[in-house]
Amino acid sequence: MSERAKGLTRQQMCDRLAMQFEDGWIVNLGIGIPTLCSNFDFGDKEIIFHSENGVIGYGPLAAAGTEDLHLVNAGGQHVTLRPGAAIVHHADSFALIRSGRIDVTVLGAYEVAENGDFANWKMAGQQGGGIGGAMDLAACAKHVFVAMEHQTRDGKPRLVERCAIPATARGVVNLVATNLGLFELTSEGLALREIAPGVSVEEVKSATGCNLIIPREVPPVRSVA
Amino acid sequence: MVRQQAKDGSRGMGARNRIYASFDDAVRDIPDGATLGFGGFAVVGMPINLYGAVARQGAKNLTCVSNSTRGGATLPADAPDMGQMIRNGQVKKVICAFTAPTRASQRLILSEYVDKGLIEAELVPQGTLAERMRAAGAGIPAFYTPAAVGTELAEGRETRVFNGREYLLEEALPLDYAFIRAYQADASGNLRFRRSQRNFNPIMAMAARVTVVEVEQEILPTGAIDPDDVHTAGVFVHRIIKIPPPPEGWWPQPPGSIVR
Repeated sequence: MSERAKGLTRQQMCDRLAMQFEDGWIVNLGIGIPTLCSNFDFGDKEIIFHSENGVIGYGPLAAAGTEDLHLVNAGGQHVTLRPGAAIVHHADSFALIRSGRIDVTVLGAYEVAENGDFANWKMAGQQGGGIGGAMDLAACAKHVFVAMEHQTRDGKPRLVERCAIPATARGVVNLVATNLGLFELTSEGLALREIAPGVSVEEVKSATGCNLIIPREVPPVRSVA
Repeated sequence: MVRQQAKDGSRGMGARNRIYASFDDAVRDIPDGATLGFGGFAVVGMPINLYGAVARQGAKNLTCVSNSTRGGATLPADAPDMGQMIRNGQVKKVICAFTAPTRASQRLILSEYVDKGLIEAELVPQGTLAERMRAAGAGIPAFYTPAAVGTELAEGRETRVFNGREYLLEEALPLDYAFIRAYQADASGNLRFRRSQRNFNPIMAMAARVTVVEVEQEILPTGAIDPDDVHTAGVFVHRIIKIPPPPEGWWPQPPGSIVR
């Protein structure tokens, strides 16, 4: 995928998802695009960022030269701690996840299906895979959001009828932000909720591999300003 | 499983010296076929020196448990990791949350061996991996989890419905040896970890029959760590070694300082 695909930037996609976070939510961000959600200005909202390696309440990335070599997030990035942060071991960290205390996890994906299945741990034709904490998070978080480019590098849709590659979890995705818009998984199917500026509904439809529920009026993707 | 009981494994607090002078001494008795856990997450808390010692010791047909088989950005370029043991032909099986590269540009030594059928790779969701070892350390043989239900990993396996939701049966994962890295230890083996160094380390210590710890700070006299401040109790710890300063000992390096 090109760094500058049509429509929203990766930061804008993550900003839109981050707008949905509510005051007091415990949030877990997946490796890659979703980490950009932590750049969003949450204003007065208190958001607690949790990382699978047992860090509860981390803050911005450490500035170059100030890294604490004992402190990384799940992506191996050197982060800082906010006041009130706590450290737990891996089993307690996943107890937090498995017991349903994570309000939202934002994950990257290769594919999201209209029934809420998604795939992000195994590329097509690959031996083995990289699951990390994705299966635990996807099965147990109260909300599962996905941030991903709308199409693959060679122009295939990532929003599909059924996942062609092995799923991470079934029927769990609530909300998807792509460069073309914001999509909600409903009991009736996949609904286009907001559309990226400069993108037409026809363009979204032709880049999508499943049916879309399209209201008469589709508002533009809400932006920070 | 290792049949012989570790000779120094079951004495009381400080009743027997847990302090070993060298990494090599501390890993000398690993038999072929043992199950070894290596702690650490993204290099933090990774027992770099003990990886090197196990590679030199040469035990074979090992089952190795860890989050992944590679280090990360702060691991010195020529530092030992599981890749070295894999190249040595010591590893029969790995049990990890990552058994393939996570991006196309990455290379994993493990992949070459798995592709040739030389190593079996068991892929486990990270929370399940942690809980399987926690269960082993807690005397619980198995448990049910919602993670991986409905996926390829659950195919042909036992599930059960509780309160209307489907769960997957997972079995405990006991270790013969745990190799971990801690920030502080006292002579009785009580441990403290710093920041995200804790990760899998306390869990592996409890899951193992023999726990070997490389320690960053000078080893403290027994009682120097307040009992309320102990993260892993010394009863779970059998061998501790102070990590020498570089270049004799391996330490993570600040990001950007590593020439590859």
